[in-house]
Amino acid sequence: MPTSQVASTSLAAGAVSSATRSITIALTGQPNVGKSTVFNMLTGLNQHVGNWPGKTVERREGTLEHHGRLVHIVDLPGAYCLTAASPEETITRDYVIRERPDVVMAVINAASLERNLYLVAELLALPVPLVLGLNMMDVAKQEGLDVEPAVLEAAIGIPVIPMVAARGEGVHELLDAALKVAQEGPAREPNRPEIRPDHRQVLAHLQELIAPFVPAPYPQDWVALKLLEGDAEITALMREHLPPEVWEQVHDVLHEHEDAIIAVASGRYDWIRRMTRAAVKRPRAGRITRTQRIDSVVTHPFLGLLLLAAVLAGIFGLTYALGGPMQRWVDEHVVHALASWLSVALAGGPAWLSGLVIDGILGGVGTMLTFLPILAIFFASMAFLEDVGYMARAAYVMDRFMHAIGLHGKSFMPLFLGFGCNVPAIMGSRIIESPRARLITILLAPLVPCAARLAVLTTLAQVFFPEHAAIVTWLLTGLPLVVLALLGVVTNKLLLGGEPTAFIMEMPLYHQPHWGTIGIAVWQRILSFLRKAGTVILSVSMIVWLLTVLPTGEIETSYMGRIGLWLEPVGRLMGLGWKPLVAILTSFVAKENALATLGVLYNVGESAGALGQALQAELSPASGLAFLVAEMLFIPCVSTLAVIKQETGSWKWVGVNVAMLTAISLVGGIAAYHLASMVL
Amino acid sequence: MSGSEMTLAELAPGKTATVLALDGGHGFVGRMVALGFTPGSTVSMVRNPGAGPVIVGVLDTQIALGRGEAQRVRVRA
Repeated sequence: MPTSQVASTSLAAGAVSSATRSITIALTGQPNVGKSTVFNMLTGLNQHVGNWPGKTVERREGTLEHHGRLVHIVDLPGAYCLTAASPEETITRDYVIRERPDVVMAVINAASLERNLYLVAELLALPVPLVLGLNMMDVAKQEGLDVEPAVLEAAIGIPVIPMVAARGEGVHELLDAALKVAQEGPAREPNRPEIRPDHRQVLAHLQELIAPFVPAPYPQDWVALKLLEGDAEITALMREHLPPEVWEQVHDVLHEHEDAIIAVASGRYDWIRRMTRAAVKRPRAGRITRTQRIDSVVTHPFLGLLLLAAVLAGIFGLTYALGGPMQRWVDEHVVHALASWLSVALAGGPAWLSGLVIDGILGGVGTMLTFLPILAIFFASMAFLEDVGYMARAAYVMDRFMHAIGLHGKSFMPLFLGFGCNVPAIMGSRIIESPRARLITILLAPLVPCAARLAVLTTLAQVFFPEHAAIVTWLLTGLPLVVLALLGVVTNKLLLGGEPTAFIMEMPLYHQPHWGTIGIAVWQRILSFLRKAGTVILSVSMIVWLLTVLPTGEIETSYMGRIGLWLEPVGRLMGLGWKPLVAILTSFVAKENALATLGVLYNVGESAGALGQALQAELSPASGLAFLVAEMLFIPCVSTLAVIKQETGSWKWVGVNVAMLTAISLVGGIAAYHLASMVL
Repeated sequence: MSGSEMTLAELAPGKTATVLALDGGHGFVGRMVALGFTPGSTVSMVRNPGAGPVIVGVLDTQIALGRGEAQRVRVRA
């Protein structure tokens, strides 16, 4: 908060208020530097997660008390540089320029010091004091690098604190250094990078031209530099603020020096070389590092795929061994226990109330609860693989295949988890940095058949095709995946004009997992799922339940039944009556509801055998196939749609998803019915 | 130092090269220079299976690049 001017107005007042005023620290760093670990160590569970205004990027803030003083820490998203090429970069620079934190704490990775200092070179151009946390000193050592923090500190002229954040080393020293700078100001003027000499004159000229017109709070020299770099956002800003004749001149200068970005970047790297010359001792050339040894297997075109298959098998094995029993335990001891307790508690009240609470609310929310153990396992697996550095390797070995269907290598892992549940697939797509690649992944994720859909499929495949159940199950599991691949190619053509998303990805050094960071990540994902998706799931399950009981109390004569009857002409195209249609519609709350609804509508209860006879009597094999195709391609459950809203930040994309999948499922069902009628 | 000019996608595994230029818009160039691919910098090919993405070593880090991106980096081996 910009209270520093107030505190320095008078000495006496300053002394009083500086003891009580809070301090704001902005935490920044490139990806893969252990920044989250530092943030978690500083704030513990005392943190708040939200979104940056108008962005789908996570905003994390925390508070702590240090010697009786309140310290706010704002965790800025990881960014390699401060051009406005990604939302993360825009957020970082806008926050520092507009909000003016008291001090910026930059965490850098000692094992890739030079590249990490590029962000520092950019931060030094901003009008906020800086302290450096030189993290991963242990990893650097393992990789054979010897970094001297004191030498680096003397060279740059800002505090440099050596750290091994994963073991808690240096975190408090970094905080102390940041607070000291926040209170006393920087000890000396830091050594700042300069543009390559051949462009110094043009930069000075540019700055002279724009100086009178640069709006507050932007620093003039920074704006001039960004204009030369070709920064789209700053160019638009200055075009707006410059008188046309000055803009004309500026535009000519920029046009003439179109490749000035190279001069700016080279100037930064020259500075980096000067800063690190004495501070870093490198290993002799040709030494094989630990990461290289591991990668000789992990990124190998063939062995890497085998390893990935083993990792995936491990995750699903864990889900099966741990998640299954936990899911049954929650179902029995929480959901059913709650249901029977509620039915006793509500026994005296009106029947509609216990119906609403037990069948309506608990029906939808209970399913969500039983899925929590599986969600936790998936979130933990993702966080673990990301934390140790494996996720980028999985993306690398899969990129060739994902590229073929217009997707990004990083889309693979989240999509694959969709086989368990679509919710972690969509939430997991946060690891994809490119916003467009992420959006496409989110929209296609529901086409990965989740465990609940597969349960409906295997049960009903037995009913309709007792002799060919296995092959039907395989074909219909494959069908949505084929549709996914085709849609990937098409959306890529439509949305991106055939231009594939750039695949530029750092392969982080391997390091040991930090369990605290993983634990907090899992906890926050689950919490945000419950908080944001919870209300949507709650209201939709209530509405769907009401539709199935109002006005008569029987589903056959309910509004839902009427919707089914009204849709019957559509159903006839697929050879389906209104009952299977209603079953597909109620699967909106939870996919396994399709079975329960069929049981109710055919008056056979929960028995699969009786349901089988009833269905075989009414539906031909062609209709049965059409039903299964439509069910496999239909819109996902409400939990999935709720997280699509949460992750894309708009109902528009939920609408697009629903429209797209409804159409596909309809076309698929009709096609399956007619093709099967000819063959079967 | 003279050598043959090629794109980064053509560099064989284990070989090093000097970056000459980046072909692309400001977005592409900005991202690449931030990762260390400035003209004059030394890069080494770690993995290049002939199809699909490559892994390149630059400034103590390994970066995976799509084949299309690697083709837009001109180098001298």
